Amino acid sequence: MPKGKVYFEEDMCKGCSLCVSFCPQHILYQDKTTINKSGYNIIRVSEPEKCIGCAFCAMMCPDSVIKVEVDK
Amino acid sequence: MEVKYQKTKGLTDKKLSYCPGCTHGIVHKLVGETLEELGMIGDAIGVASVGCSVFSYEFFNCDMQQAPHGRACAEATGIKRVRPDNIVFTYQGDGDLASIGIAETIHAANRGENITVIFINNAIYGMTGGQMAPTTLIGQRTTTSQDGRNQVLTGSPIKISEIFSQIDGVAYLERVSVTNPKQLIKAKKAIKKAFTYQKEKRGFTLIEVLSTCPVNWGMTPVDALKWVESNMVPVFPLGVFKDAGEKNV
Repeated sequence: MPKGKVYFEEDMCKGCSLCVSFCPQHILYQDKTTINKSGYNIIRVSEPEKCIGCAFCAMMCPDSVIKVEVDK
Repeated sequence: MEVKYQKTKGLTDKKLSYCPGCTHGIVHKLVGETLEELGMIGDAIGVASVGCSVFSYEFFNCDMQQAPHGRACAEATGIKRVRPDNIVFTYQGDGDLASIGIAETIHAANRGENITVIFINNAIYGMTGGQMAPTTLIGQRTTTSQDGRNQVLTGSPIKISEIFSQIDGVAYLERVSVTNPKQLIKAKKAIKKAFTYQKEKRGFTLIEVLSTCPVNWGMTPVDALKWVESNMVPVFPLGVFKDAGEKNV
């Protein structure tokens, strides 16, 4: 069972990839095939079951597009 | 499942006008979270500056006022004197605070005005297209120093925290960065302390945040954060420069 779950508000994302570089589990990637309303490549989770819910991605996101939930 | 992290109520739903990966957004978040956690959103009055952060009055979820270029501290002085029980802060970049607005800022500090200044130092003029700022590093290439900043012609980067730490009216002064989650937590603590000192009416508080400008530096957002750590931190050392709450500092 994953400890955490991340949600992206995709249309607000600017594709800066700071979340990708700070994920300690390396489970985020930029999907170069999909763009959002503003024309940026969005971020996806490759292996959701590996998320530890540390919220580093959300902390580093300048546009506050990431919400993190953790299993208590 | 329990929510661990989500967008703070201290910010509005409006999409930030900053470039992708700009750390302005991170600092906005830290200020918004601090206001929310201290229960100050309803009491806070922010003063926006001129520069990239000119639209910050649309992003902070509290009362905001827009100041002429460099005059945020003068305006904040007026607001604080008329409404001494409200929390008044300014949000200024280096072109605004360290260049055109240094007189207003230094005199507000010297008078010990009970306001909080969030100072964003990214060593360049961002909004106008990457010109040399007073805080630009020696040798740093900008559109107005294309061979790198020349110390003989233009002097050295101005160290605001070091200068302001000598002023009696300053109650709290810290330089922080937002280059990784650890630094981010430190930065938030500093901002929280500054707002708390203001609430306790201790005097002028200033937090200098080393920030990035990926577009005008010509780097990716990730490389820009590394550049702050390797190039800016040696010139602008992090730490507490003045704390009226502790002795021997």
